[in-house]
This record gives sequence, C-alpha cells and structure tokens, in this order.
Amino acid sequence: MVYRLLLCLFLAVAPLAAFGLTTEQAARIADGESEDRIAALSEVVAAVDPALGPLLEALLADEVKVAGGKAYIVRGDTVTEAASGVAATLPADAEDVVNNNRVRREFEAALAALKLFSPDAAVRAKAIDDLRDGADEGNLVVIEKAIAAERDAGLKARLEILRAAVMISSADKAKRLAAAQLLADSEQPATRSLLIEKLASETDAEVKSAISASLAKVQSRLAWGERLGVMFSGISLGSILLLVALGLAITYGLMGVINMAHGELMMIGAYATYLVQNLFRAWLPDAFDWYILAAIPASFLAAALVGAVLERSVIRWLYGRPLETLLATWGISLILMQLVRTIFGAQNVGVENPAWLSGGLQVLPNLTLPYNRIAIVVFAMLVLAGVALLISRTRLGLFVRGVTQNRRMAACVGVNTARVDTYAFSLGAGIAGLAGCALSQVGNVGPDLGQGYIVDSFLVVVLGGVGQLAGTVYAGLGLGVLNKLLEGWQGAVLAKIMVLGFIVVFIQKRPQGIFALKGREA
Amino acid sequence: MIPPRSASGAPPQGGAPSGPAEPGPRLPLGARFWTGVLVAVIVVAVVVPLMNLAVPEGHVLHLSDFYVSLFGKILCYAICALAMDLIWGYTGILSLGHGLFFALGGYAMGMYLMRQIGTDGQYKSHMPDFMVFLDWKEFPWAWALSDSFIAQMALVVLVPGLLAFVFGYFAFRSRIKGVYFSIITQALTFAAMLLFFRNETGFGGNNGFTDFKRILGAPITQNMKVLLFVLSGLTLVGFFLMSRAIVGSKAGRVLQAIRDAETRVMFSGYDPIAYKLAIWTLSAVMCGVAGALYVPQVGIINPSEMSPAAGIEIAIWAAVGGRGTLIGPIIGAFFVNGAKSWFTVAFPEFWLFFLGALFIAVTLFLPQGLLGLYRKLRKRASADQA
Repeated sequence: MVYRLLLCLFLAVAPLAAFGLTTEQAARIADGESEDRIAALSEVVAAVDPALGPLLEALLADEVKVAGGKAYIVRGDTVTEAASGVAATLPADAEDVVNNNRVRREFEAALAALKLFSPDAAVRAKAIDDLRDGADEGNLVVIEKAIAAERDAGLKARLEILRAAVMISSADKAKRLAAAQLLADSEQPATRSLLIEKLASETDAEVKSAISASLAKVQSRLAWGERLGVMFSGISLGSILLLVALGLAITYGLMGVINMAHGELMMIGAYATYLVQNLFRAWLPDAFDWYILAAIPASFLAAALVGAVLERSVIRWLYGRPLETLLATWGISLILMQLVRTIFGAQNVGVENPAWLSGGLQVLPNLTLPYNRIAIVVFAMLVLAGVALLISRTRLGLFVRGVTQNRRMAACVGVNTARVDTYAFSLGAGIAGLAGCALSQVGNVGPDLGQGYIVDSFLVVVLGGVGQLAGTVYAGLGLGVLNKLLEGWQGAVLAKIMVLGFIVVFIQKRPQGIFALKGREA
Repeated sequence: MIPPRSASGAPPQGGAPSGPAEPGPRLPLGARFWTGVLVAVIVVAVVVPLMNLAVPEGHVLHLSDFYVSLFGKILCYAICALAMDLIWGYTGILSLGHGLFFALGGYAMGMYLMRQIGTDGQYKSHMPDFMVFLDWKEFPWAWALSDSFIAQMALVVLVPGLLAFVFGYFAFRSRIKGVYFSIITQALTFAAMLLFFRNETGFGGNNGFTDFKRILGAPITQNMKVLLFVLSGLTLVGFFLMSRAIVGSKAGRVLQAIRDAETRVMFSGYDPIAYKLAIWTLSAVMCGVAGALYVPQVGIINPSEMSPAAGIEIAIWAAVGGRGTLIGPIIGAFFVNGAKSWFTVAFPEFWLFFLGALFIAVTLFLPQGLLGLYRKLRKRASADQA
C-alpha cells in the first residue's frame, strides 16, 4: 500500500521534472505494429525518461487514445497530451489503443525498469523483484545504468544478480559464461530455479559446467535457510501441540479423565478471542492492536468456566471409568460444536492479527520468521512455565499432586478432593482456552477447530507418558519437529501417517511413554 | 430422558430379532428364543420384500423404497454394533477403529462394483472414471483382482481380518489396554482416512466410489436392493446366532473373565492374548462384511466412513442398546439411526444436540443401555405385582 502511494506520488511529480519524451516517440509507443512499438519503447527506456512512467501506466490501464500522430492520456474527463503532460482536447477521430499480451509484458518490464531509479530504496527493491520475472535483454542497458547509479550496496548486489539473470539468456556465449559465474553469489531462491532451468536448456558444455558449479554453491547457501525454516516450523507446530497437550496432561495425565471435548474447549477459547476482538473494534478502536492482551485472560476464563460446569455436572460421576468418560465427553464435544454452530453460524469467523503480530523477521533471504509464530512459541513457553510453577510451587498444585498420588490419603488429611478435582479440571480447560486463543492467530476459527487437533494431542500425551509434564513437553516438541521434517520429505499426509506409525511402534516398545512414573503403578 | 418403551419401538419391519427379550446366555436356548429368530427371518426374508414389491403403492401396508434402503442400511450398522459388542461388551476392549474395518470391507466391494460399471461410465472407458480423470493408464496394484467377484469377496474378509490380526497382535502382545488401545485404534483410523483421501492411493480420493451400475452382470434395480436387504438381514441373524454360540461357549466365558479381571485369567493359566486376538479379528471381519453389504445398498463409499466420529458412533449404538447383551446393540443401532434419520429430516440442527445428550445420558444414567432399563422396569413391575 505504502509502495503504491509512493509510486503514485513519484509518477505525479515526475512529468514536471523533465520532458525528454518526444511527441513522436510517445505516438510510436502507443500505436503501430507490436514489433515497432517494442523497439520504440526500448529506445526511450534506455534514456531513462521519467515521463515515460505515466504513459506506460496509462497504456496498461487502457487509458490511451491516438489521433493524428499524437498520443493522449484520457483519465475520466481530463485529457493530457502524453509526451508533454499538457492538458489537451481530444480530437474527434481519436482511436483506442489495443495492447496484446506481449506488448503488455514489455510495458510492465519497462515500468519496473523505470522504477529502478526511484529515490525511494523500497520502491527500487520492489522493482528489482518485479524485474526478476519479466526482464529480458532489452532491459539490460537500463539495469546497467541503474547499477552505476545505485548507492545502496545491498541493492547494488541484487541488481548485479539481476543483470546476470538477464545475461544468462543471452545468445552470446561469453556473456552466458560470465553470468553463470556471477550468479554463484546469489542468495535468492529464484536464482536456483533459474539455474536449474538454464542447466536443462544449455547446450554449450563449458557454460553448462559453469552453471552447475554455481548451482551447487547457491544450493548449499540456500540449504541452511531451508533447514532452519523446517526447524522453526517444526518448533512452532510443536509449541502449538504443546499448548494443546498441556491441558490434556492435566486432565488426562493427572486426573485420568479422557477429555474428548478438549478440542471444543480450545474452540471456546478461540471464539472468546473473536468476541473480545469485536468488542475492541466496536468500543475501543484506538486500542485495537492490544485486544489480544485482553483476549488471553478472557479465553482462559471462558474455557475454565465451561470446564468447571462440565466437571460438576458430568465428569464428576465418571471418575475411574475412563472409557465412559471418553464417550460422555465425546457427547459433550458434539453439543458444544453444535451450540457454537447455532450461535455463530457454521462458517469460519475472522480473527485479525494485531498489526504488531503481522509480518515477519527476515533472517536469511529465503527465511522469514512470521511474528505470530514467534509469539506462539514464546507464549507456549510462558504458559508452560506458569503451569509448572503452579503445579510445583502453589498450594493448589500441592493438593492436585496429592490427590493424584493418593486420593484417600489426601482426603484423610483434610483436602477437599471434590473441589480440587473441579479446580484441576477447569485449569486444564482454561489452558485449552489459551491454546485456542493462540490458534486463532495462525489458523481459521470455526466450529471444527478442535477436531483437527484432538488425535494429535492425545498422541502427545500418550507418547509423553501419563502423569508427567516434562514428558508432554518433549513429546509435543519432538512430534512437531518430526512431523515437519517428514513433511518436507514425503508430503503432509504421508508424514502424518508415518508419525502415527512411529507412535504405534514406539508404544510397543515403551507402553508407559517416554517418561514413566517410577513405582509399581507405572 | 428416553421414553422407556422405545426399546421395543424399533420398527417391526426392520427384521431385527426384536422378539421377546431372551434369557441370559448361560441358560439353555429355549423355544422362545428360536421363535424370535424364526420371526426375524420371516420378517426379513418374506414380509419386507412382499410389502415393498407385491403390495401396490399407496396401500397402507406398502413399504416404500426409501424405508427398505434405510432399514437395509441400519441392518448393516447393526452388524457393526454386534461386532462392537463382542469386543467391547464381552471382552472389555473399546475399539474406536471399527469404522475403518467397515470401510475397508466397503471399499473391497466398491472396487468390484466399479469394475462392473464397465464402459458405461462418463468417459466410456474400461477404467473407472476417476482413473481416467487422473489420466492413469493402468490399474494400481491393489486393483489386480478387482475384476473377480470371488477374489473381492475374499478380500472383504481378508483385508480387515489381516489388518486387525497384525495390529491386534502387536497391540495385545505389548499389553496395550483400556484407553490406550482406544486412542491408538482411533489414530489408526485417522491415518487411514488421511491416506484414502489422497488421490494417489488409488481409491478415488475424497469422492470415493459411486455410480454403481450392476452386480455380477445384473443391474442394480429395486429387486436387487431388496435382495441385498434380505441378505443383510440373514447375515445379521447368522452373526447373531454365531455370537450367541461364542458367548455361551467356554471360550466366551474366558472372554468375559478377561473383561472382568484379566490378570486373574492370566494367573489361572489362560493366555488372554490368543482369546483377545481371535475375538478382535472376528469382530473386524464382521464389520468388513457389513461394509460390503452396505455399499451396494447405499451406492457410495468414501473416506468419511472411516472418520474417527464414525468409529465412536458404532460404540454408542452398542452402549445405547446395552453392552454385554447380544440383542441390545441391534436395538441400539436401530434406535440411534432411526432417530438420526427422523431428526435430520424434522430438526436437522438438533440432531447433534440429541446425539450428544444421548452419549452423556447413556453413560451417566443407563450403563446397561435401553435393554437394562427395560429389564429394570419389568422387574419393578413384577415386584409390584407380588
């Protein structure tokens, strides 16, 4: 958007600066055979005339008419003469200009080439990106001029790569050879595909070997970024699984309740985030960017409240009968899903990222870490730390551990076990709500949100070992990274199947999970 | 709450042996039992076909094609519920993967039906339409035998059976029990569903198989559908008698002992793995057969049949009717699916509320299911009389 505005500004100011473009040239570009028009265009582009910009823009927007050897730009009611930019009246016999696709492509490339001289570095960088796809030898002169004029070292290097990319398609063998060697320094992923493509079409043996040498260099440089990218998306998926599984680790791991409605509690958290977002949009539009901070406690409380109600009404009666809890909570999940569908509709609702969570951190040319993913990793760690502290350091945590280890003894020493159960279950539910809040920032929010995670998260708990937080952490992160690694190798579906197969085999070897409680009960 | 009488409210035309409640499995099979079976066979094999084909349309006793196919479908579900009862109700192992075995049987049948379409498909090719669409020139290896009815029928039994045997062998050997087993079976189903959703797997991707035209060269007409209905009903009765024999036998006693105290069974010198594996594999095969009967009646099979939700629903049929009884799951399948087809027409948005409430109500208030409720009420009634 900013770029667009700058471009408009640039194009608006430019014609006032200089008028090297002659009336005759403008007419030749606007009218005639495709070949002639392109020839005329490259003549003018080489001279880097800013007045060409508005003409090309207008041509691409089909706003140019020609009459009597002159080109006119017709924008609404105002008519200007293309070369001078002076207001004019449109002759009666003016004809529309028709651009075929080939000419359009040339215009676009030329327009991008012109932008290489913009005073704004961001516009220039964008122009380099645009040219990478459309440039041909006709643009070479302009690119060389731009290299000479460029002050920014980074952009200059990119321009040189761009020149090499254009030259490698040249008919001249020496040029191709030079270009192939130059491209070895590129850090762009696009260079790799360009080199692979040229390697296939190149006929000359010498150039071919130069290309494959450069390709190897580029690939090894890109491989790092890719490896780190896979690691990061693995950690990011792992921390989502961790958030989802943390709640389960409490309800299932500590309390022995199979909560199939866990995914729906996440969904409640996500919808709570959605509601908070809407409230902020309606009442506090100025603070909209910070709605997420209010949404975090809101999603926790909403899910915890639902969890408490569930525990008191249904789950309380089913302790010690895990299979029955499984069925009953499945029923709860159906009801919650349908409830949300009835209230909010079956379609996904839109949850916007706050501005400070959109965009990403560019680490390497082919590695950008999105802020929202980074935030989730950090958030998961914070929640984990909070839960660990709560369980190990607080009175409630002590009670929960006590009831888990020996319910009767805990009751004997005066712990209100029924109340501890309610608290523990709502804590697990609340953490599910937090997971839902986090998920709303990276995925769709709809009634089916929880369904996709429930199998995965149970596997995390099973793999990690029951009654363990540490096991859940390792299992969650490990499964996330493993999943992403396999995904890069075999595709998403097969990766998932392989992970499931791995878990089935793993459970064979260690039915008690990665970390087992020591003692006879394990 | 569920009205107490709805246990016997299962449609009488359905043909399930909904006769008088049978005595417990350990008692000798009395005349009442065999009368019930006979009535069921007559209803399924004579009454329903006559009411659909012979009684003219518009007559009070006419049974529409819609109901025949609905009841036929439910009969297949009832087989699944019965299979689930053997493994869950009698052996105490809750499987959430029975939807997979059902679907595998269905797919084996579906492959044969796809080949039977011949060149009548949209693209007039001898390959199934979806393969033409994907531009495949040869059949994938899994389709090698799909032209032969006998071979595919063998696969209906073998594929679910083998998968269950191998999976069960490893699972039971490492003593995966209870909830762990349930979750792992659910994961298995989930993985299979993802696999079948892919076009590359060679089973039609998410569209699955449909548009069947004939079986064994004979076109699928209403007569054929009635025949399939009769077959499903007789299969159900057959499986019911078989389950009855198993449950009443010594091996059946061992199964129930495993359910109640597996360690004690082990210490008494029995090997629970063999028993569990046998009943688990049999149960899977029953589901496969049900799937094979289901597909030509419904006319479509796709991967949603093996979704985790479908697997759990089978469990709820058994639970609603009454686990640990053989007639209960059949009643449950009729009750739940009857309610489903009524709700989805009358109040589509309330169906999931009802199903969810049913899950909760059954686990909280009716651990013995509808049959248990019926027995309790009858006992109370006879106590009042005394």
